[in-house]
Amino acid sequence: MTVLRAQGLGKKYNRRWALTACTLEIEAGHVTGLVGPNGAGKSTLLNLAAGMLEPTAGTIEVCGGVPGSGPGQLAKVGYVAQSTPVYAGLTVEEHLRLGARLNPSWDDKLAHRRTERIGLDPVQQAGKLSGGQRAQLALTLGIAKRPELLLLDEPVASLDPLARREFLQDLMEAVAEHGLSVVLSSHLVADLERVCDQLIVLVDSQVRVAGEVEKLLATHHRLSGPRRDVDTLPADQQVISASHTDRQTTVLVRTEAPILDPAWTVDQLGMEDLVLAYMSNPVTTRPALEVLR
Amino acid sequence: MIWLTWRQFRIQAVSVFAALAAIGTVLAITGPQLVGRSSFSDQEGLYYGGLLALYGLPAVIGVFWGVPMVTRELETGTHNLVWNQTVTRKRWLATKLGIGVLAAMVAAGLLSLAVGWWASPIDTAASAADDDIFLPRIAPVVFGVRGIAPIGYAAFAFVLGVAVGILLRRTLTAMAVTLVVFAAVQLAVPFLVRPYVLPATEETVPITTENIRAITADDGAAHSLEVASPVGVWLLANETVDADGNVVSPLPYAASDCLPSPPGAGGPPPRMTDIHECFAQLSDVGYRQHLAYQPASRFWPLQWIETAMFLALSALLAWFCFRRLRHLS
Repeated sequence: MTVLRAQGLGKKYNRRWALTACTLEIEAGHVTGLVGPNGAGKSTLLNLAAGMLEPTAGTIEVCGGVPGSGPGQLAKVGYVAQSTPVYAGLTVEEHLRLGARLNPSWDDKLAHRRTERIGLDPVQQAGKLSGGQRAQLALTLGIAKRPELLLLDEPVASLDPLARREFLQDLMEAVAEHGLSVVLSSHLVADLERVCDQLIVLVDSQVRVAGEVEKLLATHHRLSGPRRDVDTLPADQQVISASHTDRQTTVLVRTEAPILDPAWTVDQLGMEDLVLAYMSNPVTTRPALEVLR
Repeated sequence: MIWLTWRQFRIQAVSVFAALAAIGTVLAITGPQLVGRSSFSDQEGLYYGGLLALYGLPAVIGVFWGVPMVTRELETGTHNLVWNQTVTRKRWLATKLGIGVLAAMVAAGLLSLAVGWWASPIDTAASAADDDIFLPRIAPVVFGVRGIAPIGYAAFAFVLGVAVGILLRRTLTAMAVTLVVFAAVQLAVPFLVRPYVLPATEETVPITTENIRAITADDGAAHSLEVASPVGVWLLANETVDADGNVVSPLPYAASDCLPSPPGAGGPPPRMTDIHECFAQLSDVGYRQHLAYQPASRFWPLQWIETAMFLALSALLAWFCFRRLRHLS
């Protein structure tokens, strides 16, 4: 089952495109990481999926419906914005009450268990919570709503390393327990590596690469060998990045086929290397090798 | 949703209703003393205080209830939270508008009722005889603070505040704009709209020494005349017209010659026969005095029309809010 399907999706703010020609399919039951540099369109994509924004071009379908189209649709999708908004004047307990009153699918036990474990004082006003506690409260509201798809925009940005690990742990449990699908954006690849099984790299308002993490890692290789023109590589090897020294050439290629050329030393890539390679090389066409004299 | 809206709104609501309770107490204590009196000149302070309170209430409602209702959510980003619960934006806005409009109408209705009850002896006296301090309740200044019109103003001001808030998205600017727009509407309606919603009663009377009330003169040349008009009405016109019905101003010299010199100018006291002759001359050339006014009996029809008008405007603004809501983020 597909939880998110985008076709030619685009969003324009005034005259600037924040997202262009985004075509995506995300299967249910996965944790999908959305990575990219700042301003790449991660938040825009999540906002479109949550129905907070209307697309300028293309279509997006989430859990089989148009985002934000009705109460039924809203019940299926949980979204926690980057600013982790909470009502400053309401107490923690009142936030849980808000969740219970506004969501028929609310899991009150889960919500209370979570706030207790995090150590949120029920009578504390949300405005007086620390940034991390506020984020935890907002996330609790998102999770206890028991959506089919949970969209998290930089959920762990304001958490300390311990809270971050605990939060991701929680998230994994919720995924396992309730068959929840999650799309979370982050620029901390290390965190994503721990929880994500799907990856989308968004650069310059375009999807650069998307797919299963394991498969992506298996099909990307770093080749190093004597200096040569990258145009001489086999056609099925897509060059992601290339760098040259006087004697040596290092290229990052994506290919389904095994690397047969014995001149290359082949290295496997980590997720961070892969993401950085895509982020730092925004051009998809093969770069011409400049001639050094 | 009702719970959340009330939880966010209760401080503002309680403040306004507490102020209303205080005003109501003052009126309840002083009100019974007014019954059966014939002179109310010592009551000016409270009378105009009530008037100001009733004009101020809708403005306060628009600025402090209407505007923050939406802008505060947008400014603190909590719209991201509430729009992602299992509640559509439409229901969210409908609840906010519903509770706000209802509270605004109740507040204005209660205050109008209290002030109207307190001032009823004064209004009765002002309608029965010309008064320098107090105007009849159909007169523009008093009309807006009696009956049901304040209910319409309050509903309109609230929805206006919400609409401006949705449009501008910033609390302070929206508050200022709401106040200016609301004041402009409050000024425009009595002068540009209300006189024309019902046809005025028109009369043309001869000018005589019995009914003449005032002669306005500029450098000895009579500028205009005023004749006695019915008491307790909203006078729209009191002007001299010629035989063809055209308004004459200034009056011809023939009229100026025979008019009494103004008091204090040192001239001889006017003789009655001269003045009689003077008005007879004016009548001979066909001059009459034209009166146009809304009689006191029009008070309630005008109140209903005005309230309906403001409620219709509120509905229009609410429709605009719902239209803009989809594009809000």
